[in-house]
Amino acid sequence: MNMDRRHFLVMLPAAAIAWEYVLAGTPEASPNYTMSEHWWSMLIDIPKCIGCGNCVRACAAENDVPDGYFRTWVERYHVDDYNMENPEVISPDGGKQGFPAAKEDAGKYFFVPKLCNHCADSPCTQVCPVGATFITPDGVVLVDQKYCLGCAYCVQACPYGCRYIHPTKKVADKCTLCYHRITKGLTTACAENCPTGARQLVDLKNPKDPIHAFLKTHHVQVLKPQMATGAKVFYNELDGAVR
Amino acid sequence: MNAFKDTGHLFRFALLFVVAFVVFLAMRHLVVPKSFGQYGHYRGAAIGEMAARPIHYAGHEACETCHADILQTKSSGKHANVNCEACHGPLAKHADDPSLQPAKLDTAVLCAGCHAASAAKPAIIKQVDVEQHSSGVSCETCHKPHSPAIDAGGAQ
Repeated sequence: MNMDRRHFLVMLPAAAIAWEYVLAGTPEASPNYTMSEHWWSMLIDIPKCIGCGNCVRACAAENDVPDGYFRTWVERYHVDDYNMENPEVISPDGGKQGFPAAKEDAGKYFFVPKLCNHCADSPCTQVCPVGATFITPDGVVLVDQKYCLGCAYCVQACPYGCRYIHPTKKVADKCTLCYHRITKGLTTACAENCPTGARQLVDLKNPKDPIHAFLKTHHVQVLKPQMATGAKVFYNELDGAVR
Repeated sequence: MNAFKDTGHLFRFALLFVVAFVVFLAMRHLVVPKSFGQYGHYRGAAIGEMAARPIHYAGHEACETCHADILQTKSSGKHANVNCEACHGPLAKHADDPSLQPAKLDTAVLCAGCHAASAAKPAIIKQVDVEQHSSGVSCETCHKPHSPAIDAGGAQ
């Protein structure tokens, strides 16, 4: 082969690009589930939440969430008359064992279940220095716990407080939207165990999903829309006192 | 070779650069996981690993394949839309191996979780002052949990 040095040097970047292509490999074949056909999210119907804590317990049992840490939790709001700037918010043990009985008095009460919003443009995935957290092609924000360093940048970056550092694994942990269930055709553990249907798994790419009819006839909001995170957990009848 | 006169130092430098580049590529090949960059700036195989985790809640469809009678009882009552494991707990192991029997539930504790009166609860849930309502008697003495209305005939 006749190649002078100049030619060889010119060829090097091209060889590097070709090598990159080899490293990337071909996508894995998954026979029963196609990621590109789904765009997962969740609907929270606030008037239906009774604060029983079933979702918190189910999440902990399904995902081995350590005590005192929460992938989902329930907050109880008490807004006194017009004082929506200063709601009284409680969430004893994340609402895992329900809530103490409230006495009839002024103002209104309501429950707000919270979880990862699986944001389309999430700050948590943007700040990860190693590419250990990401949004999947089907719209679920996950943590690669084999790759995570536990630096907790993402914990700070999440505007919704949905992440924590796992006390024994020392890596970031969060709601996976029960990715191991929804890819098998099941609903999430929280939605499966909600007795009133206040939590519904939603596939926005499925034209037959009841969410589309629901959105036409209800006043729905996401948390902190001003953050422009592309949050995908939709709250029906969300009160302005919720921040 | 006149054009390359007194340029040996440049070639030595270029050689050093090429060696460093090759070492870099080799290291990168060893260190970066194979599936990194498959879908984006992350390890693509992590998605499959996450999806492969075992489930703990079997889902009500799994329960209904065997317990069609309970489904029938439930369908006419107020608890028609309450899924099995919401009360019975995670039973994927029982679904896989029906000989593993789930624990018996204590209705006095279980029912109160949803039905204990609180001003914070919305009116959609029927609420009772547990002390006054039953004074410690187990709920299932009168209400059959799968179809709780008392005039429902008391079917299990």
